[in-house]
Amino acid sequence: MPLVHLEDARGKAGGVSSRVTETEALTALDAQLVACTRCAKVWPLGKARCDRCGAPLESRDLRSLQRVWAWWIVGVFTYIPANLYPMLETRTLFTTDKSTIVGGAIKLATSGAPGVAIVVIVASVLIPIGKFIAIAYLAISVRRRSKTSGRLRQQMYEVVEYIGRWSMIDVFVVAILSSLVQLKIAASISPGPAAITFALSVVFTMLSAQSFDSRMIWDRIEEDAK
Amino acid sequence: MTSTDDLIACPRCDALYRVREPATGQRATCQRCHMVLIAPRRNAMFRILALSVTVLILMVAAVFLPFLSISVGGFSNRSSVLDAALAFSGGPMTLLALAVAALIVMIPLTRVGLVIYVLGPPALGYVPLRAAASAFRLAEALKPWSMAEIFVLGVAVALVKVSDLAQVHYGPAFWMFAVLVVILVFQDMLMCRWSIWKMLEERRAG
Repeated sequence: MPLVHLEDARGKAGGVSSRVTETEALTALDAQLVACTRCAKVWPLGKARCDRCGAPLESRDLRSLQRVWAWWIVGVFTYIPANLYPMLETRTLFTTDKSTIVGGAIKLATSGAPGVAIVVIVASVLIPIGKFIAIAYLAISVRRRSKTSGRLRQQMYEVVEYIGRWSMIDVFVVAILSSLVQLKIAASISPGPAAITFALSVVFTMLSAQSFDSRMIWDRIEEDAK
Repeated sequence: MTSTDDLIACPRCDALYRVREPATGQRATCQRCHMVLIAPRRNAMFRILALSVTVLILMVAAVFLPFLSISVGGFSNRSSVLDAALAFSGGPMTLLALAVAALIVMIPLTRVGLVIYVLGPPALGYVPLRAAASAFRLAEALKPWSMAEIFVLGVAVALVKVSDLAQVHYGPAFWMFAVLVVILVFQDMLMCRWSIWKMLEERRAG
């Protein structure tokens, strides 16, 4: 798809046309304006609500880091029991088998479905833990000097935001199995307590990532470049 | 018209630009963080509307028709999408059941409903409905919580787990769900947020 370059807002005002670079761009804040993060419309600084889409306006959400950390902490705390308690309870004729997330994946791998085991491990272990680390790193990086480029951190944030939802897959697997495998005495599957704490953990980490105001990454870069 | 009307600020990094609207099929990205800011598509409103109506029909049908069934020995059991959601019942699990039902059925359904409400009248040449802006804002806020596509991958994983335990039969709802997830992806690709907001603003004024 062909690209069109938008004109840097300094172009006409300053007389000299300059390029937007990673460390230097005229931001809405520099121009005493506030941007709506929902619809990208620009308003004079100090306006409380966007007249176009109705979203609240906030030039830099200074309390956003507190919210990020608050959700992050509850996310981590609910993730721990999610790994200790069983996710699934399988009853067959004579045996009852309780398996945790990792235990279930190991069983899948040994019973001839290593591909699916990898999907489960990636979605329920690697993604959540990677997310905790990535969000913490981003939240710390906007507070201090960071050598990582803004673009890279921006991409990291977008990946975290996009991929976090996919962890919910394990909860759905449990839901499908529990509703489908109800064969009286032959076999039945029911959800374990970890299903709840895991679902909560996914929701809390999604809220943590959503609370992060990525504009802070770029403010810090401009500041550091000075 | 105020002086800020021809400006656009990147929601991700706050860089400020003068709007120069790209032709259909082109897109304008932020030069600093590369976020796509404007990407109008040909005849987008009508196509989004058509896809949304299709998803709505498929989703309603998929909820009621049989989804999957299994059998082993003399025993068999069938399950619909709602059964899957409501598998968590009793005590605190009920809350989870409601959440799952919302994530895989209610929120995707609400989102296409809102999009139809927002784009339906303007796509057919009428003035947007009164609450169109709030409706579109809600649809956008719900976006990360619409998890139909994740549910489909979950079904695939679950089927592998079940396959050595019992025989699985696919119901019509299974295929409907698979199709509607693909349509949802296309619908999202067609949607240029900036163009829709601008359209809502202009047509409301006129």
